[in-house]
Amino acid sequence: MAIYVDRQTKVVVQGITGKEGQFHSRQCIAYGTPIVAGVTPGKGGEKMDDVPVFDTVAEAVGVTGANCSLIFVPPPFAADAIMEAADAGVGVIVAITEGIPVLDMMRVKNYLKGKPSRLIGPNCPGIITPGECKIGIMPGPIHKPGGPIGVVSRSGTLTYEVVHQLTRQGIGQSTCLGIGGDPVTGTNFIDCLQAFQEDDATRGVVLVGEIGGSAEEEAAAFITAHVDKPVVGFIAGLTAPPGRRMGHAGAIVSGRSGTAQTKIAAMEEAGIHVCRDLGKFGELCARVFS
Amino acid sequence: MKIHEYQAKELFRKHGVPVPEGTVAFNPDEACHAADKLGGYPVVVKAQIHAGGRGKGGGVKLAHTADEVRQHAAAILGKPLVTPQTAPEGRTVRKLLIEQGLNIEKELYLSLIPDRATAQVIVMASEAGGMDIEEVAATTPEKIIKVMIDPLLGIQAYHGRQAAYGLGLSGPLSKAFMQLLNKLYALFIGSDCSLVEINPLVITTQGGIIALDAKMDFDDNALFRHPDIFAYRDTHEEDPLEVEASKYHLNYINLGGNVGNMVNGAGLAMATMDLIKNSGAEPANFLDVGGGANAEMVENGFRIILSDPNVKAILINIFGGILRCDILAEGVIEAARKTGIQVPVVVRLEGTNVEEGRKLLAASGLKLMTATDLDDAAKKVAGIVGA
Repeated sequence: MAIYVDRQTKVVVQGITGKEGQFHSRQCIAYGTPIVAGVTPGKGGEKMDDVPVFDTVAEAVGVTGANCSLIFVPPPFAADAIMEAADAGVGVIVAITEGIPVLDMMRVKNYLKGKPSRLIGPNCPGIITPGECKIGIMPGPIHKPGGPIGVVSRSGTLTYEVVHQLTRQGIGQSTCLGIGGDPVTGTNFIDCLQAFQEDDATRGVVLVGEIGGSAEEEAAAFITAHVDKPVVGFIAGLTAPPGRRMGHAGAIVSGRSGTAQTKIAAMEEAGIHVCRDLGKFGELCARVFS
Repeated sequence: MKIHEYQAKELFRKHGVPVPEGTVAFNPDEACHAADKLGGYPVVVKAQIHAGGRGKGGGVKLAHTADEVRQHAAAILGKPLVTPQTAPEGRTVRKLLIEQGLNIEKELYLSLIPDRATAQVIVMASEAGGMDIEEVAATTPEKIIKVMIDPLLGIQAYHGRQAAYGLGLSGPLSKAFMQLLNKLYALFIGSDCSLVEINPLVITTQGGIIALDAKMDFDDNALFRHPDIFAYRDTHEEDPLEVEASKYHLNYINLGGNVGNMVNGAGLAMATMDLIKNSGAEPANFLDVGGGANAEMVENGFRIILSDPNVKAILINIFGGILRCDILAEGVIEAARKTGIQVPVVVRLEGTNVEEGRKLLAASGLKLMTATDLDDAAKKVAGIVGA
């Protein structure tokens, strides 16, 4: 068991013929992910290695039965690519693209309302169910298959850091996913917490947040009400000054809201074990999850 | 990206949002000339910097004669202006906005921002204009009207009515307000704003409704489709090292501490800054070299960190995922050789090909301290700072 993606997932890669798309598609295939199609408008009929390329997502889905899309389309065209995937009925849409304008994403988010598609990202490393499938840009070997810990994060390399520390402690992962560092994202912490709570293979959850917005506070409230599995948390950005965007478009302390202190307080209130020293994250997890 | 008030008012004017008559001036002569053209005194002399609270800092002055304009202009221009929103040393004023004085009946507040949680545009309006809106929100939240607009639907007449009646406007004034709001919304959407704020929006004794102030911030990710707005960028208002870093597409923020750091990924970079703080030091910067960093980017990042005189030590923290550690080690070594290292450097590498990377660093003959993991890196930084 896992959340959102597993052995049954069949992937179409949008932007498969670009530099990034090609490179990461090959990495995913090497991990064992069934990538059944690619889409690049104007290159329909070609092949990327053994993967057939189509002009449209609808065609790719119709021919191959793909039920998940992985998007590497450049920022100016990425919102359109997400909506195209949803329109074609793709169930899980993973958008890696960094730098999509906020207003584009706001339109996408409203467009997706009431549609069955789940968007993960954008500006995220993707999702991996270790040992089953890797749909994203994370390094496969740092993960340990077989569970029992679910990992959800707003960041990329910081996720690798915590996953690596889990693996070094001998703790495996059920599913790890990044929900993205942008202000507007498809899937939020609460969606993932609910899925992990319902997933039999997941016995504990790691939640990695950062400054900006109020997603961590909302997650904490949800955990109090609905999650009985142990949760270990981390918040990046205690030293970030207000009003400055710390790399991620969503990581900004504005006025009095979105600070690391308020997030940590809300998480501790909800009984989450908040790690203050990233160097000892794995050790804390070993204690909490043993 | 932020722009100046006079630039925001230029955009307002272009889009039919009423603003006072006014001209930008770069010296006292121009200021006097601009004032004379306004067709009557009093006029307002306003310092143009990218920070709020200018009135409180003495950057906004009323002038009743050309002589007074000259005096105020000379007193403000070329000097640092300290406001509650600037650093303690203030910001040097290089431009003034010379604007007609208005007879004010009432001051309102109006802003548009994207709401990340609902993916809607929030219109915020309040009768408590001229005040710090966060203060109003904290003490008298009932005085703030919020109207949510779905960007797929766009602004409708009822949105305007909700805001106008909420503000207690009626008759021709409410009509004028709704027109203004429609135009402001179009400007907000059309130029990918992350903030449009008018504080105060004034009702004049003549019954007009005019944006006395104008603040606009733009979504950096959308500037590619707005070259006209990007042309408004004023690099004088930015940190020189940050301007330099932006030339190499490096995500760098100067924080004024003593331990420089270079990291791949924004989340890990913030966590590394926190780690430095935990070690008893202060982070000198935020620097995310990104996932696709090459030797040249690493070298430029290194040079920028080293050109900050406050930096007493550097921590390099790279989690090589797709990016191999041996490639990164080569980049670091090349950068260190070219730029020279005057301060202790702690390098923590992890991920793909980490052993090869560590071997390269050890064999380089450079005085780099390698850390086995984050915990070890923190201890080494603490050791340097404590010594």
